[in-house]
Amino acid sequence: MAQRNIVEAIRDGLAFEMERDERVIVLGLDVGRLGGVFRATQGLLDRFGPERVVDTPLAEGGIIGSALGLAISGLIPVAEIQFLGFTHQAFHQIGPQLGRYRYRSRGRYHAQVTIRAPFGGGVRTPEFHPDAVEAQFVQAPGIKVVCPATPYDAKGMLLEAIRDPDPVLFLEPQRLYRKGREEVPDSDYTVPFGKARQVREGGDVTLIAWSAAVEMCLRAADELQREGISAGVLDLRTLVPLDVEGLVSEVSRTGRAVVVHEAPLSAGFGAEVVATLQEEAFYSLDAPIRRVTAWDTPYPPASLEGWYLPTIRRVVDAARKTAAA
Amino acid sequence: MQRILDSQGNLVNGAEPRLSLERTVEGLRWMMLSRAFDARATALQRQGRMGTYSPVKGQEASVVGSSLALDPATDWIVPAYRELPALVRHGHPLERIVAGYMGKVASSAIPEDTNVLPNQVALATQLQHAVGLAWGLKLQRKPGVVMAYCGEGAASEGDFHEAANMAGVRRAPIVFVLMNNQWAISTSRELQSAGEFYRRAEGYGFPGVQVDGNDLLAVYEAAAEAVERARRDDGPTLIDCVTFRLSFHNTTDNPSAYLPEGWLERAEQEDPIRRVQTYLAEKGLWDDGSRAAVEGEITEQIDAAIQAAAAMRASRAADLFENVYASLPERVGRQRAELLRLTGGDV
Repeated sequence: MAQRNIVEAIRDGLAFEMERDERVIVLGLDVGRLGGVFRATQGLLDRFGPERVVDTPLAEGGIIGSALGLAISGLIPVAEIQFLGFTHQAFHQIGPQLGRYRYRSRGRYHAQVTIRAPFGGGVRTPEFHPDAVEAQFVQAPGIKVVCPATPYDAKGMLLEAIRDPDPVLFLEPQRLYRKGREEVPDSDYTVPFGKARQVREGGDVTLIAWSAAVEMCLRAADELQREGISAGVLDLRTLVPLDVEGLVSEVSRTGRAVVVHEAPLSAGFGAEVVATLQEEAFYSLDAPIRRVTAWDTPYPPASLEGWYLPTIRRVVDAARKTAAA
Repeated sequence: MQRILDSQGNLVNGAEPRLSLERTVEGLRWMMLSRAFDARATALQRQGRMGTYSPVKGQEASVVGSSLALDPATDWIVPAYRELPALVRHGHPLERIVAGYMGKVASSAIPEDTNVLPNQVALATQLQHAVGLAWGLKLQRKPGVVMAYCGEGAASEGDFHEAANMAGVRRAPIVFVLMNNQWAISTSRELQSAGEFYRRAEGYGFPGVQVDGNDLLAVYEAAAEAVERARRDDGPTLIDCVTFRLSFHNTTDNPSAYLPEGWLERAEQEDPIRRVQTYLAEKGLWDDGSRAAVEGEITEQIDAAIQAAAAMRASRAADLFENVYASLPERVGRQRAELLRLTGGDV
C-alpha cells in the first residue's frame, strides 16, 4: 500500500498491466519521451521500450483507428487522447468504428481498446482542453464510458478497462490529478463497472455526480451539514454501464436528488439520470430533481470559467431548495 | 502508367508478365465470376431478395490482380465495399456474403480462420484499421501483409492522410490499393483532387505507382512487388489503379443523370475481362469451349451460393442484441427482455 494521487495511480496501473500482460501497449501524443503532458506515462518508455510505448503522429483519428487495428492483430492498446476535447477529431473512429466493430463483424472481431482522456474544467486550460463531452459517447452503443473520481478507483477501474474485451473510454478528472492522495494497493485489484459508490451518507437529499464533480459535491455536503441539511453523495463511477439499481435505491431512500455535471445542461448525462429516476423511482420522490450544470454555451476562456462551471454555491442552493420542496 | 496488356489484349513491347499463364487463367475465372455475380446480385436486388449492392463491373482487374499477390494463410484484406472477388478468393464464402446482402445477420460472419475485415461504408476509416493491423503484425513478428482498399473519393478524406502518414512512420507492412474508378457516385475524379494520387506516397516516405487498373497483369505485378517490399520490412506502397466504373455506384444510383455523353462507351473499350480473354486466346488457352465451360461452372457456383444463403436462418429480433458487447450490461439486457416480450419469445 502506498499513498497515491490520481495521476500516480494511473501510472501505477499502466505499469502493472504492461508488466503482467505483454500484449498491452500504450500509444498517443507525447506519451513516450515526455511521459505524457500530465506525466501519466512517465517512466514507461524506459521500462518497456519504444515498441510498447509509442509517440504517434499528431492525429487523433489515427491513434484510435490504428488502435482498433492493433487490437485486431492481437495486441491490447491503451490509447491516450491528450484531452477529451480533442476526441472531436477522432469522433468518427470511436463510436461508429471501435463501438461497432464486434457488431459489424458479427462477433468475428472485437476492439479491446482503452482510450484514456483527461477532461473537465477549473484549471485554466486553453479552449477544447476542458470540454466535458462524455454524454456524446453514451449514445454510441458498444462503448463503455467510465469516470473515476479517486486514486483507488482510477487504478482499479483502469485495470478493469484494459482487461475488458470491449472498448472503454476512461475519463480522467484533470482538476483532481494531483489534488489529494489516498491508499492505493500495489497489488492486483479491479473495480467493477456498473456499481455506483456511496461516498457520503445523508438522509435529506442525494447529490449525484461523477468524476471531478464528486469532489465538489462532497464540499457542498459539508456546507449543507453546517446548515443542518444532511446530504448524501453518490458517485456513479460509470455512465455506461449505469448502475440503475444503485441509483434508484439511494434516491428512493432520500426521495430528493440533485444531479451535478460539468457538461452543458441540455441532453447532458444528467438528463438521462433524471429520466431514469422518473421511470424507476417516481413514487418515492418527494421533490422535483434539480440539475446543476454548465450553461448551454461554449466552454469559455479561463477568465470566465468560474461563472460557467457548477459551483459549490449553486449546488448548495439547489440542494437547499430541493430539501425544502 | 504501368501497363503490360494493352486495350486490345496484346502484350506491350518487350513485356514479360510475371503472372504465369496458369494463374492468369485463374485470375480470369475470378474476374468472370465477379462479373456474373454482379448481374445476378443486381437482379436479386431488383426482385427484393437482396439489399443495396455495389457492382465491381469494370474494376475486376484491379480487385483480382491485386489480391492474387496475397497468401490467404498469412495476409489480410481490408475492404471498402466493392472487392467481392478478392474476399471470396481469400476465404469469405460467397454464400455468406449473399446471406449478408439478404439481411441474414448471423449467417454472414467472416469465418474464424479467414483474414478479412468486414466491409466498410464510412469511407477511408478502414485504412486506419488496416495500418494498425499491419503495424501490430509487425510488432508481434507475425508474418503477413495487409492489403487495404479505398476509392479515389475516399482518398479525399482526412483518414486517408492520417493512415498513410502513420503507415510511413511505422513502416507498416501494408499495400494501399486505390481504386481510381473515376466516379464517387456522381463526383468526377477531377473534382476529387488536382494532383495525381500515386504522387502522394512520396510525401509519406514510401513508393507510389500508377498502373492501368484494367490490366490484370500490370496490377498483379505492381501488387506482387508491393507485397514483397512489405514482406521484407521495406514498408508500405500505394498503388493507384486507374480504372473505370462500368456500372452504377450502387443499385440506388442512376448514372445516366450525370455521366457525360459517350463516357461509358469509351470506358467499355477498356474492358479488363475481354483483354485477358484475347491474350489467353493468343496463347491457345482460351476458346469458345473453355468459355462455355467456365461460364457453366460459375453459374453453378453462384446458384449454389444463392441457394445456400436462402436456406440459412433469417435474422431474428434478438439478433439486434448479439455482438454488441461481450456480455450485455444489465440495462441493455432489460431492453432485450422487453423486445422478446413484444415478439412473444425468440422469433
